[in-house]
Parts: sequence; C-alpha cells; structure tokens
Amino acid sequence: MLRYFLKRLGGAIPTLFIIVTLSFLLVRIAPGGPFDEEKSLPPEILANLESAYGLDQPLWVQYTRYLRSLLHGDFGPSFRYKDFTVTELIGQGLPVTAEIGIAALLLALTLGMLVGVFAALRQNLAADYTVMTLAVAGIAVPSFVVLPLLGLLFGIYLRWLPVAGWEPGSIRHLILPVVALTLPPLAYVARLTRASFLDVLQRPFIRTAFSKGLPLHTVILRHALRPALIPVAGFLAPAVASIMTGSLVVESIAGLPGVGRYLVQGALNRDYTLVLGMVILYSVVLIGMGLAVDLLYAWLDPRVRYER
Amino acid sequence: MTETVWSSARRRLLANPGARISLGVVAALVVLAVIGPWLNPNAAQTLDWSHVATDPGMAHAHWFGTDRLGRDLYVRTLEGARVSMIVGLVASTVSLGLGLIYGAVAGYVGGRTDDVMMRIIEILGGLPLIFFVIFLTVIFGRNEYLLFVSIGAVGWLTLARIVRGQALSIRRQEYIEAAIASGAGTARIIYKHVLPNVLGPVIVYATLTVPQIILLESFLSFLGLGIQEPRASLGTLIAEGAGEMEAAPWILLAPGAFLTLLLVCLNIFGDGLRDAFDTMERG
Repeated sequence: MLRYFLKRLGGAIPTLFIIVTLSFLLVRIAPGGPFDEEKSLPPEILANLESAYGLDQPLWVQYTRYLRSLLHGDFGPSFRYKDFTVTELIGQGLPVTAEIGIAALLLALTLGMLVGVFAALRQNLAADYTVMTLAVAGIAVPSFVVLPLLGLLFGIYLRWLPVAGWEPGSIRHLILPVVALTLPPLAYVARLTRASFLDVLQRPFIRTAFSKGLPLHTVILRHALRPALIPVAGFLAPAVASIMTGSLVVESIAGLPGVGRYLVQGALNRDYTLVLGMVILYSVVLIGMGLAVDLLYAWLDPRVRYER
Repeated sequence: MTETVWSSARRRLLANPGARISLGVVAALVVLAVIGPWLNPNAAQTLDWSHVATDPGMAHAHWFGTDRLGRDLYVRTLEGARVSMIVGLVASTVSLGLGLIYGAVAGYVGGRTDDVMMRIIEILGGLPLIFFVIFLTVIFGRNEYLLFVSIGAVGWLTLARIVRGQALSIRRQEYIEAAIASGAGTARIIYKHVLPNVLGPVIVYATLTVPQIILLESFLSFLGLGIQEPRASLGTLIAEGAGEMEAAPWILLAPGAFLTLLLVCLNIFGDGLRDAFDTMERG
C-alpha cells in the first residue's frame, strides 16, 4: 500500500512542475504588463518598478527565482494589491472558499449517494423517473443561474435568507451559495450511484447474500455499497474541480470574500504573481484530490493494488 | 432480420419519449433563435428610452420586457441564444476535429507514439483547464474566434481517448490488413478506413459536448471574459439580469429560462443517443 502511494506521489510531482512552468510562461508571453494603466507611467518610474519586482531580469532568472521562493512557500508580492503578498491575499480568502467548498462537497456526496441508492431500489418506478429527471436538470443548469434564482425566491420574495453579502461567522449568508454549488455534483453523484448500484445488485454475490436470508439493509450496507462506490470515488476529483470552478462565479454573485475573485481579477489586471499563485493553489488541490482518489480506490477495490 | 447499427440506434432513439420530446424542444429553440427576432418589430441594439426596464407585456411589442437601457429583451435573448448556439457548434466541431485526428493517429500508429501521445493527454487532463481558458481569453484579448478555439481546446481530451480506444481495435481488422497489403500509406488508411469507422460513438460523445461548451461559453461571458457589449450571449444577459433581479426579475428570467431549457433538453437528448448506441444494453 505504501509503495503504491509513493509511486503515485512520484507521478504527481512532475505534473505539478509542468503546470508551474506552463503557467509561468503563459502569463509572461501575454501582451501587456501589470503596470499598464490608462495614463502611461514615465519611463524612469516604469524602469524602477520593473527592477523592484525583478521584471527587468532575463526570463530564466525570473523563473528560477520564482521556483526558489515557491519552495519556501512564498508566492511573491502581488503586483496590483500593493503592500500585500500573494500568500497573504490567499490566506485571507481561502478560509471562506474552503468553508463553502468543503460543505458543498460533503453535502453533494452524502445526499447524492442517498438519492442514488433510493432511486436504484425503486428502479423504473415513478419516484425513480422523477429523481433522475431532476438530476439531469441539476447537472445541466449552471450555478450562475441557480444562485440568482434562489436569491430571487428565498431572498426577495420569501425574505428568509440574505441575497448576498457576508458577515464573519454568519451561516445564513452561506446557505444559498452552498446550495448552488452543491446541486450539480449532487445530481451527478446520484446518477453514478444509481447506475453502479443497479449494476452491483445483478452480481452473484448479492444473490447469495439474499438467499442466505439476510435482510435488505444488511445486504446494502455490508455487501453492495462498497463495490458500488468505486465509480463515485472516481468522480471525486471532477467534483472538486466543478465546485472550485463554480465558486469563481458563486463568490462574485454572493459577494463572498473568498479567493475565487482573485483569479479573474488577477488575470484581467495582469497581476502575474496572483494568477500564478491561484493556478498553483488550485492545481495542488486537484492533484492532491487525485492522489486521495487513488488511495480510496485501493481501499475500495483490493485488486487495484496489485495492478501493473 | 439484419439491422445496421445506425437503423437500430435510430429506432431505439425514437422509442425513447424523453429523447423525442427534447429533440423537438431543441429544434424549436433553434428555429426560434434563427427566425424569432424577425417576428418582433424591435431591434436588439435600439434603446427605447421611454420604456426602460418595463415589465413583459404586449405593449410596444416588448414581449419579454426591456432592460435597464430600454433594449428589447425578447430580441436580445434570442440573438444571445443564437450566439451561444453558434459558439457551441463551432467549438464542438473544433474539439471533434482535434480529438478525432489525435486519437486516430495515437490508436492506429500505436507503440511508442501512442505511449507518448497518451501521456500528454494524461498530463493535460490533470491540469485545471478552465483556468487555462481564462488565461487564454485574457491573453489574446476580445477575439471571439479565439474564444471558440480555446473553448474547443478544452473538450477534445476525452474525445481523443474514445477515438484511440476504437482505433486500437480497428487496426486489427482484416480490411486494414487488406489496405496495407494493397499498398495504402498510414495517412490514407487513417483517413479512409479508421476515421469513418469510429464515427458512431464519437458523434454520441460530441452531442454531449455541445451543452458542456454552451455552458462554458456562458460561464466565461458571465465573468466578462467572453462575448462583449453591445453583442450579447446568454451568459452576458444572465450576468446583467442577476444585477437587476430585485427591481426587474424578468431581465434574469428570460435568458435564464432559455439557457436552462436548452441545456436540459440537449443533455436528455444526448443521454438518449448514448443509450441508443450503447451495445451493452442491446440484445
């Protein structure tokens, strides 16, 4: 198991390295610099600014310098948010983003699996069709449509919850954004669980379990659930990616001070270090999730450990 | 009775009421987006200052109401939908082309080439590609053609994998051996024999790509990175409506409902198509 994990980890590091290098090059070859403004700066000041941020150095010097500071956990200074380092900016926003993201992920997984098992047990009955039609809608409708609609219904007509805004420690402000982020992966998990559950229920060992006289819930919990969850585990990384992408718009609609806005804002402002920091952060989360999924696979399906 | 794959797939597709209805709805929406604006006397860019943010109604033919600047929402929604549909089609075609060629070459040539090409796909698949699209749209500015290409560039990875899998099994077929024996070159075999035979599953997957790409385009336009004013797509209209929903909810509801209906129906139809072609369920 440990060897398997180390092998996977060894594969992830080059990927991360490629991501860092590619994104570094991409932002540097972009036309326009971080100090382009409506009114152009006098050349002396521009030169001073560029040398202060090390932008006058050759590209490969900048690159090795950036890599070295990355290894120390330093993402460098932000070019636009003066007096802030990227590490500080991310540190301020990350708790909010992580809070709604993790809540959405956990909700999507637990509710999705429950709904999926429920639909599978009522295969081809009215309840099954209703749930699965709703699931298609849940997958198809983007969070930037769902969230304003929820705000309209619960915020403006019913006046139960705030439409947007944020207060430290207030759960009420987070409910609608979390619901909007949860729905698409929830629907997907429900569909996956239903399909794989139906598949597992066909297998001989389930027939054996039933013919031993075991009650339904024992068969589900002890025998069917674990193999049925393998495809769901495979969806974990895409689910995290979808929640992270969704939080870009959800945070901006709901006015939450998370890190989502930094990516778009940073890209529009050519705030190189901020964009790089965000891409690296998101990549680390995604790659880490991929590793976690590999481990989960190995636990759910022992055959995986002995492959190759 | 022998039935070809295509005719049995068509029969199974038409036997599925969900797929039939959603195909009809999608067709209706497309027709509406193409000819709908002509049915209304208002133009998309005209500012009607005497009717700013009016409710939907029959007066002055503002059927879906007007926005903050007095532009007619019925016309703007339909023209925005047309833009979204064109982006969806063009970008899907781009990713279809890329995926087909890449996958067919990797699968047919095989060996070392295949290993390297699939390794590249694996690395690209591990990247948060949406962020690269955001990058690209920012770097290359407000170029809508580039938007098509960069959106299309996201969708081709899975397609390439599917095509490769198909091509791997095709290269062992006897007609390929016959083609090689009769002296056909690799490029010719891929073009004449491999590509036509992988088309079935690829078309199914491409159908499911279209709604994903329309969604992605709306997402980018919503963030202000896609289609620019005064032109509109469904995404920009929804962004506009989300800001006005307290006073004028119809500015959000009109494009929101159109996008929702389009995406849901495209997805149901794509699922139906996949089930119709799925050989696992047949027989």
